[in-house]
Amino acid sequence: MALFKELKKTAPYIHGGSPHAEDEPILRVSGISLRYDSGRALDNISFELRDRERLALVGPNGAGKSTLLKIIAGVLEPGAGKVSIRGYEPGGHICIAYVPQRSQIDWSFPATVADTVMMGRIGRIGLFRFPRARDWEVVHQALELVGLQDLARRQIGQLSGGQQQRMFIARALAQEAELVLMDEPLTGLDATSQQDIFTVLDSLRDRGVTLITAMHDLEIAAERFDRVMLLNRRMIGIGRPEEVFTPERLIEAYGGRVRMLPGAAPSLTIDDTCCEECHIHD
Amino acid sequence: MIETLLAPLQYAFMVRGMVAAVLVGVVCAVLGTYVVLRGMAFFGDALAHAILPGVAVGYLVGGGAREPLFWWAAGTAVVSSLGIGAMARSARIKEDTAIGIIFAGMFALGIALISTVQSYTVDLTHFLFGDVLGVRTTDLLLSGGLGVLIILVVIALYKEFMVLSFDPVLARTLRLPTRLLDNLLIVLIALAIVVSLQTVGVALMVAMLVTPATSAYLLTRRLPVMMALAALFASFSGVLGLYLSYYFNIASGAAIVLTATAIFALIWAGTALRRRIAGASAG
Repeated sequence: MALFKELKKTAPYIHGGSPHAEDEPILRVSGISLRYDSGRALDNISFELRDRERLALVGPNGAGKSTLLKIIAGVLEPGAGKVSIRGYEPGGHICIAYVPQRSQIDWSFPATVADTVMMGRIGRIGLFRFPRARDWEVVHQALELVGLQDLARRQIGQLSGGQQQRMFIARALAQEAELVLMDEPLTGLDATSQQDIFTVLDSLRDRGVTLITAMHDLEIAAERFDRVMLLNRRMIGIGRPEEVFTPERLIEAYGGRVRMLPGAAPSLTIDDTCCEECHIHD
Repeated sequence: MIETLLAPLQYAFMVRGMVAAVLVGVVCAVLGTYVVLRGMAFFGDALAHAILPGVAVGYLVGGGAREPLFWWAAGTAVVSSLGIGAMARSARIKEDTAIGIIFAGMFALGIALISTVQSYTVDLTHFLFGDVLGVRTTDLLLSGGLGVLIILVVIALYKEFMVLSFDPVLARTLRLPTRLLDNLLIVLIALAIVVSLQTVGVALMVAMLVTPATSAYLLTRRLPVMMALAALFASFSGVLGLYLSYYFNIASGAAIVLTATAIFALIWAGTALRRRIAGASAG
C-alpha cells in the first residue's frame, strides 16, 4: 500500500487548475537555454503570450521548435531559464496540452477515437478511478466541436491525416487546456484539411484558448497568426509577421537556403527539406 | 470424445496443471498486451532468463523446497527488471545492448550455480522448460495470490498504463508519475514471469507474454478486447496443450507454447487472407 500512497503523492492531479493571478500573462518564458550533447541547442529564449493569442513558431528543421514546445509543456527541463504559466511552473499545471507530430504516434494502437480523446481527461479523473458519465459527455462534446462525432468508434488508424489532427485538438479540449502547443499540425495535409483545422482553431480561440503552433509554411503563419517567432536555436525575431519576416531576418534564420525572387520586392522562396517552396508575400 | 476429454482429469496432477496453465495464461496475456504494444518482447525474454540465478540460489538454499525457490525468483526478477530499466535509461549504452549483456550474464550465472548440484540435468530442464505437471497445491496458492494481485493492479491503473504506452508525452503533461508507472509495469512483468516459471520455464516464457497478445492484436482495435481475447487464447492454449502433452507424450511447456503458436498462425493466415479478398474485391 505504501507504493499506492507514493503514487498518489507524486501525482498532484489538479482539479480545476491552480489559483491564478488574473493579471499574469498566460505564458512567460524567460531566458530558456538548453544544450544537448549532440550540439543542438536553444539559446536564451524569452517572450510572453497574452490570453487567446496565436503564435506561429517558424524556423528550419533542427531549429529547436519541438524542443521549445516540450520545455513549455514541462516535458523537458531547460538547462537554464524559467517558464511560468500564469506565474506558476508548468509542473503545477494540467491545463497545457501538447499535440505531437503525427509521425510520433503509433496509429495501429488498439484505441478508438473516443478512447484517445478520453486520454485527455485522465488528469481530471484521477488515479485508480474510471471515467464517469460526465467525462464521456465532455469527450463527445469535444468530438462534436471538431466535427468527428460520427467517427467516435473508429480505430484511430482509419482516420485521414486532417481528422487525426482534429482528434488531438479534441483531446486538448477534453483536457480543458488553456494553452495548446501544436507541433507541425499542417505537415502533410492538403489545403482543405488545413482549412478545416483552422476553422476548429478559430472556435478554440472563441473558447479562450491560447495557441502556439510550430510550422513550416511562412505564408500561412503570416496570414493566420497574430504574432510569429522566427527561431533558429536563438530567437531571431518575434512580433507581427510583417515586422519579423524581413529578408534580412529570414536569411539569418534559414541561412543560404533563402533565395530572393526577382520582381515583387519582399517575396522570398525558402528551400527547406519539409517545404520545398514556401512563398511569402507581405 | 467425452471419454478423451475426461480421462486425463482423473489425475489430480493434471487438474492442478490445467489450473496453473489457465492462471499463467491469463496473467501473462494481460501484461503481454503492454509488452507487445510497447515493443518489449526482447526485454521480457531477457528478464525471464535473468531470474535463473535467483531460482538456482533458492533451489540450493531450500534444498528443493518450493517456497524459498519462489521468493528468490521473485526477488531476482524485481531486482534485474529495475536494473535493466536503469541501465537502459543511461544514455551511454543502447537499450537492447544493455539487455543483452545483463541477460546472458545472469543466465550464465544461473547455469553455473545449478551445475554445482549433482542431479544437474533433470533440474535444469525443469527450470528451463517448465514442469507444469509437478505443480503442487501450495504452488497454486502462491502463484494464484500473486496473479490476482497483478491483475488487480493492471485494472486499477488501466488508463494510466494505456496513456503511458500510447503517448508518453501526454502522460507527462498530465503530470502522471511516469517513471514510477514505468517501473511498476516492469515489476509486474517480472512477477508474471515468476508466476509462470513452473508452467513453461524461462526459455519459453516470452511466448506466453507475446504470442496470445499478438494473436488478439490482429483481431481487435480496442485495448480491453485485446486483453480479454489474449487471456482467452492463452488459457485455451494451456488446456489444449496439456491434453496434447497427455496423449502424445510431449513436454508440457512446449505443447502449450506450440498450441499458442498454432492459434497465432491460424489467425495471421486468416487476417492476411481476408485482407487479400477485401483488396481483390475493392480493386
